[in-house]
Amino acid sequence: MNILKFFTAGSVDDGKSTLIGRLLYDTDSILADQLEALQNSNRKNDDGTIDLAILTDGLRAEREQGITIDVAYKYFQTEKRKFIIADTPGHIQYTRNMVTGASTANLAIILIDARNGVVEQTIRHSYLVSLLGIKHIVVCINKMDMVDYSETVFDAITNKYKILAKQLNLEDVTYIPVSALKGDNIVQPSANMHWYEGESLLHFLEKVDTDHQETLAQARFPVQWVIRPQTDELHDYRGYAGRVLSGTFKVNDKITVLPSGASSSISKIEFFDNELKEAIAGQSVTIHLKDNIDISRGDSIVNSSALPHDTKLIEADLCWMDSRALDTSLVYLIQHNSKTTKCKIDEILHKVDINTLEKHSAEEFKLNDIGRVILKTAEALSFDIYNENRTNGSAILVDSRTNLTVGALMFRAAVE
Amino acid sequence: MSRYNLDYLDELEAEAIHILREVAGQFEKPALLFSGGKDSITLVRLAEKAFRPGKFPFPLVHIDTGHNFQETIDYRDKMVARIGEKLIVGSVQKSIDEGKVIEQTGKNASRNALQTVTLLDTILENKFDACIGGARRDEEKARAKERIFSVRDEFGQWDPKRQRPELWNIYNGKIHKGENVRVFPISNWTELDVWNYIRRENIELPSIYFAHQRDCITRNGQLMAASPFLNMDEEDIVENKKVRFRTVGDMSCTAAVESDADLIDDIIQEISDSKISERGARMDDKVSEAAMEDRKKGGYF
Repeated sequence: MNILKFFTAGSVDDGKSTLIGRLLYDTDSILADQLEALQNSNRKNDDGTIDLAILTDGLRAEREQGITIDVAYKYFQTEKRKFIIADTPGHIQYTRNMVTGASTANLAIILIDARNGVVEQTIRHSYLVSLLGIKHIVVCINKMDMVDYSETVFDAITNKYKILAKQLNLEDVTYIPVSALKGDNIVQPSANMHWYEGESLLHFLEKVDTDHQETLAQARFPVQWVIRPQTDELHDYRGYAGRVLSGTFKVNDKITVLPSGASSSISKIEFFDNELKEAIAGQSVTIHLKDNIDISRGDSIVNSSALPHDTKLIEADLCWMDSRALDTSLVYLIQHNSKTTKCKIDEILHKVDINTLEKHSAEEFKLNDIGRVILKTAEALSFDIYNENRTNGSAILVDSRTNLTVGALMFRAAVE
Repeated sequence: MSRYNLDYLDELEAEAIHILREVAGQFEKPALLFSGGKDSITLVRLAEKAFRPGKFPFPLVHIDTGHNFQETIDYRDKMVARIGEKLIVGSVQKSIDEGKVIEQTGKNASRNALQTVTLLDTILENKFDACIGGARRDEEKARAKERIFSVRDEFGQWDPKRQRPELWNIYNGKIHKGENVRVFPISNWTELDVWNYIRRENIELPSIYFAHQRDCITRNGQLMAASPFLNMDEEDIVENKKVRFRTVGDMSCTAAVESDADLIDDIIQEISDSKISERGARMDDKVSEAAMEDRKKGGYF
């Protein structure tokens, strides 16, 4: 059994929280005391049934206002798979929360209200999905009960979305007509839409292929910690602890250490009291090298035959996440894997109007703004392009005055 | 396991180890909060996997309410001796004696709320800048929104509206002097995941997790262990029952469930079939719909 992490984009009005509530409820993932707390709550649907949306509204302010203002994580599992849902708010003022929720997901659910079809926020959400490089997309056309479960309505919306998907290079898109409120096609196939021959949402989520794209990328291993017991019996032990970020490392593989450029090969891969022949993307292990090289936290061990970029000037997409606007004269910190160095935004190339996808030149960058920039780092970063390697192609910006995370960066090109 | 996919327990484990190593790399004086419960016991196992054959780059810290189950204390001392790591104990009794907190009175008196003060004092005294805890997001809806690196101000407070965005697997642990970070490496685990991991790893647990005979009283619909720490009166009827505990906390606020599960397989079966969530057996969460949110804002774990 493996894990599928997905996130949901849509607004309260689209029934997003209801959809998640329905998934949890119909998979029997709500326990008796939680259900009791739910029944004791004042919020009910118009017909007196339990408002399933409350299940995902965690914070008091959210319950009072009936909106989702942060990212909430929910967990459930079936016999086939374990699921982690990032429930994110859909309104434009919470774009940064959506970007956050989407950053760890390998599938996105985009909700469309069948009565309204593809609207401005559908474009916005789909753009964010493409920006964050999420491979699998499920478009749930919700509230089918409000349009008489009409195939014509479904087809019209699907056809319109296909144009958008093409424009955004979204390759793997699946369309499902649902009613989260009534439960049609969420867990059980709907009895009201015989014209639909596809699967229910849950069934699809259970079987969608999520092989880590990271495993197919080049081998990268940022060193987090050096294990040196320095005891009598382990006097010369020197193990590099970290998580394989992408690719596969095998014993005897030729590797290069960055930024020094020193080369060696792998003598041993350890995991606690086991020795491994190889380690794949996602595994936390300890690597030993044949040669004694000076390596510390922040350095990267990489496959010698396919080196990453190694530059101080990088073209990247930036999503700004702080209420203080970007200050191009200010020095920020950039955190990329286990390495942190200083950086400046050298140039703003353009900003994207995420409702229309138009690009504009821009002088300033404010909360929730997204666009393309050139950044200059104090020390060279060894990185890959985001679309080829999500984990080694992303970084965050930190404002050293406040220590807040102020920007999300997706590397698009090395500037030579 | 398919060639390119980790099994879910391996993935959760690898993520937690990555987080623990980030703590080691990013902070000057971290600590691991150890309660003697299964979640913090799991953290110790993960720390062994992250740092052996080296030493842990942090001590274990136990906030002792003085109202613990003796089985928990015995377990703690045995475990610390086995792993050979440092243990620091913060005592709620000492906080009471020093007049920093006042013991609650009345029938439902508990030291649960008092331990927040002892915890904050212990953090201050030892200048800890990061405290690793075993909280999980599936426990409670306020926890569902908490970051893996969760910044607390110098009063230990959590501000849910000013949480830092946490993207990809990059954790921003930068803080100002006086602040500290609570780190939750098993945020993405569920109760069942923890149990399946304990079974897979063959980890020993305190005996109170398994079914045993115990004198109990029923209070507010919950089974409580009869103990000198519970303010009992003539209305309380003591009954001997076969019970076990799903969480390990203070004796005055941790409820038991009737159970015959004395093997880990039985417990896993029981939890899979269960219709009551784990924190449903915690009286401290029952006070109001926003009980946990309020306690977390005040500096609770």
